[in-house]
Amino acid sequence: MSNRPITEDDLHAYVDRALEPEREAEIIAYLEKHPDMAKRIAAYSDERNLLRSVLLPITEEPLPPQLNLARMIERPRRRPSSFRWAIAAMLMLSIGGLGGWVIRGAALAPAGGLAALAEEASDSYKVYASDRTRPVELRDSAELVQWVSNRLRQPVKLPDLSKSGYRLMGGRVVPTAHGPAAMFMYDDDHGERLVVLTRPMTSDQNAPMAAHSGDDVAGFSWADGGTGYSLVGPRGVDSLRPLANEIRKQAQTI
Amino acid sequence: MNDMLRLVEPLIPALRRYARALVRDHAAADDLVQDCLERAVIHWEQRRSDNPRPWLFAILHNLAINQFRRATTRGIHVAIDETNEDAFGQEAAQEQKVMYRDVMAKLARLPHDQRAVLLLVGVEDLSYADAAKVLGVPIGTVMSRLARARERLHQELEGTAGDLNNNIVQLRNRT
Repeated sequence: MSNRPITEDDLHAYVDRALEPEREAEIIAYLEKHPDMAKRIAAYSDERNLLRSVLLPITEEPLPPQLNLARMIERPRRRPSSFRWAIAAMLMLSIGGLGGWVIRGAALAPAGGLAALAEEASDSYKVYASDRTRPVELRDSAELVQWVSNRLRQPVKLPDLSKSGYRLMGGRVVPTAHGPAAMFMYDDDHGERLVVLTRPMTSDQNAPMAAHSGDDVAGFSWADGGTGYSLVGPRGVDSLRPLANEIRKQAQTI
Repeated sequence: MNDMLRLVEPLIPALRRYARALVRDHAAADDLVQDCLERAVIHWEQRRSDNPRPWLFAILHNLAINQFRRATTRGIHVAIDETNEDAFGQEAAQEQKVMYRDVMAKLARLPHDQRAVLLLVGVEDLSYADAAKVLGVPIGTVMSRLARARERLHQELEGTAGDLNNNIVQLRNRT
């Protein structure tokens, strides 16, 4: 018998039958001498078995057609997701501004340079709007405008959405394949967050407003006078279109 | 790819079980498994180990956690399928259904990181090291979460975890 002290980890490994036989024997000997602990460990074991037996029938259910792996291997279906969107964006880049790009599931999908902008805005939304710790880099609006204007090498105006109930949280510079872009984040009283992304456009310098939507996010993108804008929020927010119109109107009055 | 079918297909029932026990909603769980398998098909050649089991659980787990996060971001709860009518075939005993609902309801009261470790280690038989990989935390964290999760589930099942459960105990004592 070893003189190693019994640890909590040993007791859990005993419940999971993950111990070497010698160590297991030591635990059994220990539990025989400590009936209170033995009771607790026995309860954990029983509860482990209960979970297993209650969940076992799920594995015996016939698989639905949606989980037919052979079919998926034959015809891989690429659902929109942030990861795949990132790959798609990269692919598009390497091909180089290939026209006719359409975002899946979009009603009026933006094409060309505007599609890339919409992707970037959606990705920024997914990455930053879900960040509880540090969604924005800078909160001070004057400092923020100064920073992004320097990086974009053009004056950038902060859209003001306070009349629609959205406060500016702050923003940051985000990298895109077309250089730096300015991201602004807003939230309302319910904590609903929106992201506005803007950057100079290499193609689609003027483009009418187009809607786009993915699994969870939706938005509107457009370009005026060489500058592109994309507003993205959670899918199902009705006010996105009027907000986009408002941002466009404000930007035109620079 | 034939390789993939041979290695992955037998794991689908366990993936379904993990997803359903984690998110509870039957349809949402199968959607997660579908998404997981589609990703696995695309990234099959990029997996790093010969054993696809922890790799698949890691993909599935990350998808589920993202869903939890999105639900929190939006301030709405993940739909919970309280009835689980489809959870068993018709031949299954009524008693088992009741038991299933009861245990699932209690399991759902645990924070999802505790629930995940209980399921991965206790039900799916992943080693502590593999569970650590799936959860993206050190083994020490797996062990401390497992300890907290077991104690919490014990209290839930014993009815000593909260006010609601205390009431149930009292009712039982009276009869």
